[in-house]
Amino acid sequence: MMSVGQPAWEVVTVADRAEYWLESHWYFAVAYMILAVLAVAAMVVALGMGLIYGERKIAAHFQCRMGPMRVGYHGILQSIADTIKLLLKEDIVPERADKVLHLVGPFLTLVVTILILGVLPYSPLLQLADVSLGVLYLTALSGLSVLGLLLGGWSSNNKWSLLGGMRAAAQVISYEITATLALLVVTMFAGTLTLSGIVQSQAQGWWVWRAHGVGLLSMGLFMIAATAEINRTPFDIPEGESELTGGFHTEYSGLRFAFFFLAEFINMFVVAGITVTLFLGGWMPLRIGNWETFNNLMGLIPPSLWFLGKVVVMVFVLMWFRWTFPRMRVDQLMRLEWKFLLPIGFINLFAAAVIILCKWYFFPV
Amino acid sequence: MSVTVRTLSELLMPPSVADSPLSTQEYFVNMGPQHPIAHGSLRIVLLLDGETIRKVIPVPGYVHRGIEKMCEHMNYRKIIPLTDRMDYLSALMNNWVVARTVEMAAGIETNARIETIRTIMSELQRLQSHVLWWGVLGMDLGAFTAFLYSFRDREIIGEIFEETIGARLTMNYIQPGGLMYDILPDFVSKVKKLLGYLRPLINEYDALLSGNAILQERLRNIGILDGKDAISLGCTGPVLRASGVPYDLRKVEPYGVYDKVDFDVVIGTKGDCWDRYYVRMEEMRQSIRIVEQLIDNLPAGPYMVTKYNARLKLPKGRYYGQVETARGVLGAFIYSDGDGDAPYRMHFRSPNFNNLWAVTHIAPGWRIADYISIQSSLDLVIPDIDR
Amino acid sequence: MGSKIGTMGTEELEQLVITLEPRCRKRQSADRAAVIAPVAELDSLMRKLRDEHLLSFDLLLDHTAIDHIQEGRFELVYLLYSTRHGHHLMVTCDVDRANPVVPTVSEVWPIAHWQEREVFDLFGIGYDGHLDLRRVFLEDDWKGYPLRKDYTDPDMLEPA
Repeated sequence: MMSVGQPAWEVVTVADRAEYWLESHWYFAVAYMILAVLAVAAMVVALGMGLIYGERKIAAHFQCRMGPMRVGYHGILQSIADTIKLLLKEDIVPERADKVLHLVGPFLTLVVTILILGVLPYSPLLQLADVSLGVLYLTALSGLSVLGLLLGGWSSNNKWSLLGGMRAAAQVISYEITATLALLVVTMFAGTLTLSGIVQSQAQGWWVWRAHGVGLLSMGLFMIAATAEINRTPFDIPEGESELTGGFHTEYSGLRFAFFFLAEFINMFVVAGITVTLFLGGWMPLRIGNWETFNNLMGLIPPSLWFLGKVVVMVFVLMWFRWTFPRMRVDQLMRLEWKFLLPIGFINLFAAAVIILCKWYFFPV
Repeated sequence: MSVTVRTLSELLMPPSVADSPLSTQEYFVNMGPQHPIAHGSLRIVLLLDGETIRKVIPVPGYVHRGIEKMCEHMNYRKIIPLTDRMDYLSALMNNWVVARTVEMAAGIETNARIETIRTIMSELQRLQSHVLWWGVLGMDLGAFTAFLYSFRDREIIGEIFEETIGARLTMNYIQPGGLMYDILPDFVSKVKKLLGYLRPLINEYDALLSGNAILQERLRNIGILDGKDAISLGCTGPVLRASGVPYDLRKVEPYGVYDKVDFDVVIGTKGDCWDRYYVRMEEMRQSIRIVEQLIDNLPAGPYMVTKYNARLKLPKGRYYGQVETARGVLGAFIYSDGDGDAPYRMHFRSPNFNNLWAVTHIAPGWRIADYISIQSSLDLVIPDIDR
Repeated sequence: MGSKIGTMGTEELEQLVITLEPRCRKRQSADRAAVIAPVAELDSLMRKLRDEHLLSFDLLLDHTAIDHIQEGRFELVYLLYSTRHGHHLMVTCDVDRANPVVPTVSEVWPIAHWQEREVFDLFGIGYDGHLDLRRVFLEDDWKGYPLRKDYTDPDMLEPA
C-alpha cells in the first residue's frame, strides 16, 4: 500500500522479538514475555490512576471548581490515595449472591479490556502482538466485555442490578453492529485487518478525511457506538446512578468495584486508542500533501508521542461528552441505534465501497 | 358503617407467581428510602412489569417529627423556628405563613417596609429554591454539571441571607409583627449586584440544559397531568400552573406587596414534565423582575411593630392563612381556644404532601427512567411531606 | 382574608350552602365562610358543593381535625376553594369521640384519599368507604393516635 518515496515504517512487535529469541535462547523469550506482562500490568494501573485523576480534574474545571487539591501538588497523588482506600475496603458479597459469578464478573470485564490493550499499536516498536485478524479480534472482545457486566448484574441478586445488567446487554449488543460497520469501512480502505497495517496505510493521510466524508461519518458513528459500548454518559443507562443506583455494580464494593471502575476508565483509553488507530493515523505523524518542510518537522516527533497526543485529545472529547449531556432513556437509546445509526452505517458502508471501486481518494494510496 | 383498615404489607403481597418458565411476572421494587431520586428519605414502592411502571405506592414518614404536636406546646414565636424545618428550601415563606396567619388573627397591622422586605426575601428564596431544583433535575437526568452550576449560584444568594439573617437554611426571620432583624446598609447594593449576575445566568442555564436534545426527549410529552386532574389531586404551585391553571396566590389573593408589583403568572399548556420544567425557569425570571421593582425604593419605618417579647394571644377561633412557596400553596390552620398563648391545634397544609400523590396518577404506564423525570419535575422536599 | 376575595360575600356564601343543605348551621368563630355539617349529610353536601355551579368548589385545599377532648368530639375541618369563583369555604363536621366514623369524600376530590389517610393516621378517625385506609406517616403497628390530646407515649417529653 506504500506509495513510492515514503519512508517505510518497520513494525516490530514484542511478540516478534520474543519469537526471535525463542529460536536461540528460549529463556530469554520467557523472561521477555514476563517483563512485557509486568509492563502491561503497570500500564493498566498507571493508566487507570492517570485517567481517573484526569477525569476528576477535567470534570472539576468544567464545573467551575478545582477538583482534588489536597493530596500532593494540585491533588496529583489523589488517585494513589483512592487506590489504597479501595484496596483496604471490606469486600462485601451479598448473602444470596451467586458467589462464583459475583467474583467472575469484574475480573472478566477487566481481562477483556487488557486483552484489547495488547493489540493496540502504540508505536512501530511498541505493540504486544500484531494479530493478523486485528479488527475482528477487537470486535469479538468488545462483545465479550458485556458478559462481565451481565454476570455482575445477574449474580448480585438485586433487582436494580439485574435491570442494569439487562440494559447493558441490550445496549452493547445493539451498538456493536454500528461499531462494526464503521470499522469495516476502514478495513475496506486499508485492505487489511491487521492494526499495524491499517496504521501504515495512513502514511499519506488519515482515513478520517481522505474519502469525501465517508471516513468522517464512520468515525462519528464509531465514536457514538463506542461511547455506548463503554457505558459512558449520555449512554450510561446500565449504571444510571440516579435511577438504578449504580445498576450492575450496586452490590460491589472494595476491590471488585475497583476492577469495574478501572475497566471503565481503561475502556475509555481503549476506545480512544481504537479511534486513533483506525481513523486518525495511529502513531503516524500528520502529513499534508507537498508541504515537505512541515512534513519533515512533524516526522521529528516520535510516533509514540503522536499516538499519545491523539489519544489524549480523544479521551478529552469523551470526558467532554460526559460532563455536558444528560442521560438517555432505554427506548430512546434503542431507537437511535436501530432507526438512525444502523441505516446510516449501511449507507456509509455502501458509499465507501463505491469510493474504493472508483478510487475517489483525496490522496493517492 | 364499617371501616376497613389496611396495611402496607398487605398491599405488597407478591403478585401472581409465574406457572411456566416462559411466562412473565410483575415485581415490586423499593425506590428509597435510600435512593438518589428520593432527595432525602422517601420510599416509593414500584410495581414493575419489566421496566414499565404498573403502580406507584409512596410511603412517606421517614422524617416525620410531629411538628404539629410540638406546636401545641409552644407559643407562636417558638413555632417559627419549627417551620424552618419543614420545607427547608422555602424557610422564609414557611415563617411568613405563620406570621401572616397570626397577624390576621390578632389584628396586627404591619408597615410597608416590613411587607416589602418580606416580599424581597421570599422572592430571593424562591429564586434560590428554583436554582437548586434546576440543578437537581439535571443531576437526576445524568447531567451532573448542572448540579454544580446551580450550587455555585445558590451560594451567592445564600450569602446575602447569611449576612442579613445570620443563617443560610433555617432562617427564623419573619416573625409575627415584623422581622427578626433590619437589613444591613449595603443590602440594596448587594442584591442589585446579585440580580445583575443572575439575569444572564438563567440564559446560561437554558443554553446548558434546556436546549439539549436529550433533555427535551426526556421531558417532553412525559408524565402528562391535565388541569382538571391536577386540581382534583390538590396540586398547587408550578405543578398546577404547568397544567394550565393560572392559580398563583401572589396574583389571586395578593399578600405582602405583590399587588403593587408587576409580574406574570407563568402557565404551561400541556402539563408534561417539560411544562413543569419551563414554568420554573420562567418563574426565576419573574422573581428577578419582582425584586428589581422593589429593591430601589424601600419604604422607611421600623422593622418590628410589636415588642419582640410581647405575649401573642389569639382570640378563640379557626384561622387559616396561606402563602405561595416555591412549591405551591402552604397553608397554616390555627385553632385557638382563647386561653394560653399556644395554639390548641396547629396544622400545616403542605404543598409537597399534596403534590406527592400526583405521581400515583401520572406515573403508571411510564418507564423507570421517566419516573425520574416525573418526580424531579414535581420538585418534592421530603421533610415538608412528613412534617 | 380569603372570604373577601371571591365574588360572593361570607354571609351570602353561608346562606347559599344552608339553602342547599338545610341541616347545616353557620359556624361561629371562623375567619371565613364556615358551616357545620352533620355527619349523615356530609357526603351529599360535599357533592353538591362541588357540582353546584354557583359554588363549584373544585379544590380541597386541606382537611384536618381538632380534638375537643372536653366536649367529647372530634371536629373535622375541610377547607374548600373554588378556582372558578375564587371563594373559600370551611366545612366543619362534629363526630363522636368514642366512635369517630365519617363518610369519605375521596370520591369527590381524589386528594382527600391521602388527606384522610393523614387524619386517620394521627387522629384515628375512620373513613367509611375509603378504599385504602392505611397509616401514612407512622408504621402500621403503631399504638395510638398521636395528635389526640390524650395520647401518651413513654418517650414523650411532656406526658399528657
